[in-house]
Amino acid sequence: MIQLKVNGVDRSFGGNQNMPLLWYLRDVLGLTGTKFGCGVALCGACTVHRNGEAVRACVTPMSSVSGADITTIEAVGEKGLHPVQAAWIQHNVPQCGYCQSGQIMQAIALLRATPKPTDEEIDEGMAGNICRCGTYQRIRAAIKTAAKEPV
Amino acid sequence: MSAIYNLSRRGFLKGIVGSGAFVLGAHYVPRILWADETVLNRTEADLATLHPNVFVGIDSDGTVHIVAHRSEMGTVIRTSLPMVVADELDADWKRVKVEQAIGDSRYGDQNTDGSHSIRSFYDTMRVAGATARFMLIQAAAQQWGVSPADCKTDLHAVVHPASKRRLGYGELASAASKLPVPKKEDLQFKHKDAWRYIGKGMDSLDLTDLCTGKAVYGMDAKLDGMVYASIEHPPVFGGKVKSYDEKAPLQVAGVQKTVPIDPFKPPCAFQPLGGIAVIADNTWSAFQGRKKLNIAWENGPNETYNSAAYEKELHETARQPCKVIRSEGDVDSTFAKGEPVFEGDYYVPLLAHASMEPMVALAEFKDGKVRAWAPTQNPQAAQAIISQELGIPKENVICHVTLLGGGFGRKSKPDYVAEAAVLSKKLAKPVKVVWSREDDIKFDYYNAVAAMYLKASLDAKGKPTAWLQRSVFPPIPSIYDVNAVYGDPGHLAQGWTDMPYDIPNLRIENGPAKAHVRIGWLRSVANIYHAFAVQTFTDELAHRAGRDPAEYLLDVIGPPRTIDLKSTGYPNYGASFETYPWETGRLRRVTELVIEKSGWGKRKLGKGHGLGIAAHRSFLTYVAAVVEVEVTDDGDVKIPRVEMVVDAGLVVNPEITRAQFEGAAVFGTSVARSGEITAKDGAIVQSNFNDYPVARIDEAPYQTNVHIIDSDAPPAGVGEPGVPPFIPALCNAIFAATGKRIRQLPLTRTNLARAG
Ligand code: FES
Ligand code: FES
Repeated sequence: MIQLKVNGVDRSFGGNQNMPLLWYLRDVLGLTGTKFGCGVALCGACTVHRNGEAVRACVTPMSSVSGADITTIEAVGEKGLHPVQAAWIQHNVPQCGYCQSGQIMQAIALLRATPKPTDEEIDEGMAGNICRCGTYQRIRAAIKTAAKEPV
Repeated sequence: MSAIYNLSRRGFLKGIVGSGAFVLGAHYVPRILWADETVLNRTEADLATLHPNVFVGIDSDGTVHIVAHRSEMGTVIRTSLPMVVADELDADWKRVKVEQAIGDSRYGDQNTDGSHSIRSFYDTMRVAGATARFMLIQAAAQQWGVSPADCKTDLHAVVHPASKRRLGYGELASAASKLPVPKKEDLQFKHKDAWRYIGKGMDSLDLTDLCTGKAVYGMDAKLDGMVYASIEHPPVFGGKVKSYDEKAPLQVAGVQKTVPIDPFKPPCAFQPLGGIAVIADNTWSAFQGRKKLNIAWENGPNETYNSAAYEKELHETARQPCKVIRSEGDVDSTFAKGEPVFEGDYYVPLLAHASMEPMVALAEFKDGKVRAWAPTQNPQAAQAIISQELGIPKENVICHVTLLGGGFGRKSKPDYVAEAAVLSKKLAKPVKVVWSREDDIKFDYYNAVAAMYLKASLDAKGKPTAWLQRSVFPPIPSIYDVNAVYGDPGHLAQGWTDMPYDIPNLRIENGPAKAHVRIGWLRSVANIYHAFAVQTFTDELAHRAGRDPAEYLLDVIGPPRTIDLKSTGYPNYGASFETYPWETGRLRRVTELVIEKSGWGKRKLGKGHGLGIAAHRSFLTYVAAVVEVEVTDDGDVKIPRVEMVVDAGLVVNPEITRAQFEGAAVFGTSVARSGEITAKDGAIVQSNFNDYPVARIDEAPYQTNVHIIDSDAPPAGVGEPGVPPFIPALCNAIFAATGKRIRQLPLTRTNLARAG
């Protein structure tokens, strides 16, 4: 039995320990804000926070989240919009939006580690997150806007 | 009064969103809760107090319901079209509720493809809004005993300025509903100056949901008691299962059973490909179970398909005389005159869509009826294929449209929705079919692989005196007719039949090519390879003549004129020539403006930098692009800046339109940098974003500036037209930076590293 916290709620999981966190979140808990894009850590659509750090839920087995604190996009805007979300809205970032949960989770982690990122640091921090609609220019602008706020 | 009315009208409701109910975002919930099947396909608009047409309804509390009948995949169409209705209705946007339509022919075309939602439905939306506004004014005038001509509307109310009387739309809805619906000829449309929303634009009504994880895509659809299915498809197109291990997958925890799906009967169209489905409690178990299927396949005739050999064949065909689709003057005798002649072969491989959300659909077959939820660009096609596969009437297929995590044309083909319905019937429970990324890449309807051959004879200034172009590609009609080998007029029209240059002798040809995979349309479709060939060849001719490529491009476009293509059967994207003539003056204008905006010939560029230009009309929109590249010593391509000038006629939602062109530049970057699908022994080689990479933030253009021409011309397309000129402009820039000419895509085929 694995014990973990998801968005502040205590959970226990007794299924296959190899099941990736992504499918536990989506199919078992019904937290569908975290998306499936590639399944092999190539696109970032499934990005969540494990103890505050961005991880790819699609390659994070349940065995590795025992005792962990998991945060998904659903919890980020719970008490009013997070500054990153507000910046995303201000810059009209999303097109289809499917990648944006992952982009936002990644951007929050980036800004925590690097509060005032340069262009190169944004490239480095965000290069794991694909947006097939091509919203990168607005993502960059939104990160710079959010960087003016404490995150 | 209104409360009572509303109560009775909504008496059909089961009540709250409870067990067994489908869980979707707020915009989708109500209709799904109708207990009475006969009203299953009724919308809030249909049931409103005043509902003069299928797109609009007004409740007596003043709520305006507008139906969005096109699919939302990021173009913000489900905001932009309702915005047009709201403007003509003079409605307060805050009191508008937009409801997504199911697939239903009463809305007309719903295939959200071909960049034509605004173009085809702008008038319909204006009429929908103006009709309701007309009736509200009539109702108020009757009540006040004044002439309707003395009344007007003022944001959600009718006013009689002379007496300063005012009635809200909600108060008038009931009286207005008793009046006859006016004819279109009697309507008065707002003057442009009075527009509140059109041309000013509006954020997506889904914007906050998209940033908070609340937006509901097909991938997020859920029904109580549903099972998950993952399908092993035949690796070679047209293949069949010989044998498989029925039992082994059941060893995987969570796997319930395996279910065969019949192979399609040619032609494939939108039928399921066939294969073996693994049914499980969750997606992951279904994926795992597939690994144990141990299927032996009978591949069929397409197993001899190899991309390298096929590429050679296409080029050989393009070097031979082909079917003539447009001819002016006399190309052959001009070529024979002995002027210098220049020629080139161009190539663009198969391309996959790779929308961020893989194919996915949920369907429930019950009591002879199907309810499906799918991220589909074409719910009516989903109805049709499900009805065909299950042998039930089309009316018994309800197809709900969720948000789409990207579409790019792939989700116009509902094979995956049909799979869910077929499995639900076999299993007698709701089934959600989930494709992996590998399934998505390997079982796409690919943008056609194409070879083009161009030849021109040149005068003393290097300007073409005769021009020949041949294009060879497996055509999209091959999915409907196994013998189809020639391009259909609709796709030949895309940047080929309509070559716009001012050249007296011109011949345009198309050669045959047999398809060995499913061919389909992808954002910009045939314009991708056609614009690449024509705009690259043009740049080559300019350099050959020692002329400035931008000046040369304007020279070959020639003076402003209307091109007459009627004799060629040119379909003009389904629009009339009268309304949407092919005007070279507009192509000139965007070209001239992009030259100015990019500082062409005026800016000093850094080492390894270069500028490239291209111009193209597609989907009735004229676009010119200038791309700046930096090619590093080790051959990496960076794109610091892109300028695009767009003449799309009237633009309803400018900021959203700019975003579409920014996205097109990124999409074009993906095609150019790394877009290549290949087949080996009939099976697709690529599988995921490792071997079918798409542009990432550090590879995409750093800054794309989009300039929209202010125009009163009728609206044209904006989703696709940015892609075709971007790609050759990028490749021409690479030539300017490195002296290396890109005649085949993707760029990985050319070593761009500086020698030595
Ligand atoms: S789904 Fe996890 S990185 Fe793509
Ligand atoms: S917004 Fe569509 S994939 Fe990023």
